Amino acid sequence: MPILFPFSAIVGQDEMKIALLIAAVDQSVGGVLVFGDRGTGKSTTVRSLAGLLPEIDALDGCRYHSDPKAGCAVPGCCGIVAGSRKAKVVRTPVPVVDLPLGATEDRVVGALDLERALTQGEKSFEPGLLARAHRGFLYIDEVNLLEDHLVDLLLDVAASGENVVEREGLSIRHPAKFVLIGSGNPEEGELRPQLLDRFGLSVEVKTPQDLKTRVEIVRNRDAFERNPAGFVAEWAGRDRELGQQIATAKKHLPSLETTDALLERVARLCLTLGTDGLRGELTLLRAARSLAALEGSRTITDVHLRRVAPMALRHRLRRNPLDDAGSTVRVERALAEFFGDLAGRRTG
Amino acid sequence: MTSESSQASALWSDAMLAAAVFAVAPSRLGGVVVRARSGPVRDQWMALALSLLAPDAPQRRIPLNVGDDRLLGGLDLAATLKSGRPVFETGILALAHGGVVIIPSAERLEARVAAHITGAIDRRDVAMEREGFTARPPAEFGMIALDEGTEPDEHVSPVLADRAAFYIDLEGLAAGPHNHSLWAGTALDSARERWRTVNVPDSIVDALVGATLALGIDSARAPLFALDAARVLAALDDRHAVDAGDAEIVARLVLSSRATRVPAEPDAQQPEADPPPPPDEQQFEEPANDSTEMRDGPLEDRVLAAAKAAIPADVLAALVAGQKALTNRRLSGKSGAAKPAKLRGRPTGARKGPIGRGQRINVVETLRAAAPWQTLRRREASSNAGKTGGTPRVLVRSDDFRVARFKARSETTTIFAVDASGSAALHRLAEAKGAVELLLAECYVRRDSVAMLAFRGRGAEVLLPPTRSLVRAKRCLAALPGGGGTPLAAGIDAAVLLAEAIARKGPNPAIVFLTDGKANVARDGTGGRGPAERDAIASATALKVRGFKAVLIDVSPSPQVQAETLARAMGAIYLPLPFASSAVVSRAVQSAIGRD
Repeated sequence: MPILFPFSAIVGQDEMKIALLIAAVDQSVGGVLVFGDRGTGKSTTVRSLAGLLPEIDALDGCRYHSDPKAGCAVPGCCGIVAGSRKAKVVRTPVPVVDLPLGATEDRVVGALDLERALTQGEKSFEPGLLARAHRGFLYIDEVNLLEDHLVDLLLDVAASGENVVEREGLSIRHPAKFVLIGSGNPEEGELRPQLLDRFGLSVEVKTPQDLKTRVEIVRNRDAFERNPAGFVAEWAGRDRELGQQIATAKKHLPSLETTDALLERVARLCLTLGTDGLRGELTLLRAARSLAALEGSRTITDVHLRRVAPMALRHRLRRNPLDDAGSTVRVERALAEFFGDLAGRRTG
Repeated sequence: MTSESSQASALWSDAMLAAAVFAVAPSRLGGVVVRARSGPVRDQWMALALSLLAPDAPQRRIPLNVGDDRLLGGLDLAATLKSGRPVFETGILALAHGGVVIIPSAERLEARVAAHITGAIDRRDVAMEREGFTARPPAEFGMIALDEGTEPDEHVSPVLADRAAFYIDLEGLAAGPHNHSLWAGTALDSARERWRTVNVPDSIVDALVGATLALGIDSARAPLFALDAARVLAALDDRHAVDAGDAEIVARLVLSSRATRVPAEPDAQQPEADPPPPPDEQQFEEPANDSTEMRDGPLEDRVLAAAKAAIPADVLAALVAGQKALTNRRLSGKSGAAKPAKLRGRPTGARKGPIGRGQRINVVETLRAAAPWQTLRRREASSNAGKTGGTPRVLVRSDDFRVARFKARSETTTIFAVDASGSAALHRLAEAKGAVELLLAECYVRRDSVAMLAFRGRGAEVLLPPTRSLVRAKRCLAALPGGGGTPLAAGIDAAVLLAEAIARKGPNPAIVFLTDGKANVARDGTGGRGPAERDAIASATALKVRGFKAVLIDVSPSPQVQAETLARAMGAIYLPLPFASSAVVSRAVQSAIGRD
């Protein structure tokens, strides 16, 4: 396992980092889509999440690393029920699973265990990547190059939290709750709008254009390349703090109330921007709540809403391919108007 | 002449230098993109580059049409069937660990293969998730990508180019003598030991990063490559710290080819309206010789000047003309070899059935189907035919056979062939552009693609290779030129050529001509109405023979006989649209081609 670049040592790219943290605090926000130029650290940032997140409790020997509090109910697996005396609990890192482009469908969803079938004549299920990503993250680099049917399948499983396998005479369903993270470069082709909409958050990354930030990026990366272990040790403290912040936010999340006034604001905002469907409103609300929890705030305010609105709504605007202004610009314009009007009223 | 030859020998020695630096730290410097057709010069460079590598470093070639199973590793069928348990073989990428991969014809590498290679480079291992097998063998390697593109727009995929520190262009160079003293084996070995510990002063980091900013290089990989390359240079020279000279050299070797803008200068030349000169003329006469005067300037300026002086002539011309270099240069690679026509499309699983002609057995699925029954069948087989002895390891019955199913791609690629000649060109061009954008907006939802070529003056030019990307499409369309004669035959030929290339890759091509049908430039580039029209009809007949769907939109103010004759010759649907607007063209094309 190669040593991962520390999350806290990533310079700039704040929107991407916040989006990932929001998704880490509240999985129900839905996946994160990262689109941007080459060499902007998309993959590095996503992969570094693995080193950041606090470890989780899991059942020892369970192939789905189930939560000991919930037990494992998948037939053919360990079969340990919650609170059972047999249950041995282990601490394991949150899985951040890479889905390589060439992965075959059977490795993704799981399939018949070929070895056991061949040698013992037994029909048994071998879990795939979806099982491995359970309770964690599934990362697809170059998501725009992945076959559409696979992306569809992944989004379905991510939304339902369950993987249903019906093949080769196997009939298995197992939990697969994960956050889907996709990244890509728009110059290589775009994602179908139907798929775009199903990612919770969408961020665009650009290379910073000031010398100081760039020098810092290069210095950090260079220091890491030269002495990975030393560099990681240097940043371990900050990574741990951030991990702690996520854990606290997770606990804090249920206590954050959603007021009617807030709901109305969310609905009004989505109406103003003309986003299709209710997914935008739900995501906006959840993302704002997650951000508030992350910042230890007791209430969800307009400030939170304003900060998450671009990433929650940018990809849900009705697309006009002939409009030269990118969706980011359009969202920002509308938001400035929407919240500017509010600021005026508050002072008055 | 003498300045040209000295320029060429300078380029050659830079190419050698890049080879030596790369050979010291191949996996850290990512790779070298070599732009050259195969020939003695490239062979000499390759032989030298490979000889400089560590003696025990593996060298693996990646064939263009490599399958995922060979590239990443996968089930070894022969061994699996023989032994009765799954046996896996290591893929090329993992085998190249510690050495280099060589990618011939890299400009035609499929996006899928490129993505696997870059994935392995980024992660330093191969993520294998195939056929019931999971492994992550280490794979640290450098790549030598041989870009054999002959057209200016044929280039190695930008995702690969971004991960290679060096880009060298050997086109038109003569192999020269090389400096033996620098790359004696012992010097390379000691550089391999020491280069990581070489110190880079902060001022040099600042200067190199500053240069990337000034040259409009966005990828963070570029300055990192530059730093490591500078370290290797210092190590080769037996120094413990990088100095300004190293920085200038790496600016030239690593940064110059990535420039997307020319840094501002007080005496900046006026942008020229002319298109970039063809690469075979005035290739080497560009870079200014003012680097010597800059010797005493601040470090930043010296590094920048070194990079700027080495920006290749054609890029520089394009930059000065206000086009983005990246759109012209490292454009995405052309996809790979032709696939068998009958079994095309994406596999959509397997179905049960006998193996007939023209069908492909899905071996893994067949084995899977047979697998659960093995114990039972073996028992049965041994009780039935115990005497004959030696039952096969795997008992497969006809019932188990699974045949791969393919879903033929139903996508269409629409090629717009636009007559950009004469005075009305700009007007018609604007309409065609509008139509392309409209179609693109619709294609975007359906995942169809469009391509565009224009013919004017003496020949035809592909302006927009087949794309679905709005970003790229808009960028190409913005720079569409107009004016000149009407080389109709050349236009038709180019459209057929493009359609054939598209058809080989899978999608159904359809060609839309926007012209008035008045040819006045013959195929050989000479003027004259008679021969020009004869050539056009001949080309049109060739198109008909190939059987491509075509639509001819007559854009002249009053419908012309020539255009209708031409349409008939090419078997195209003829649409006289004297004052076609973008929307009308788009609708007409939709209904004429039909959506299936």
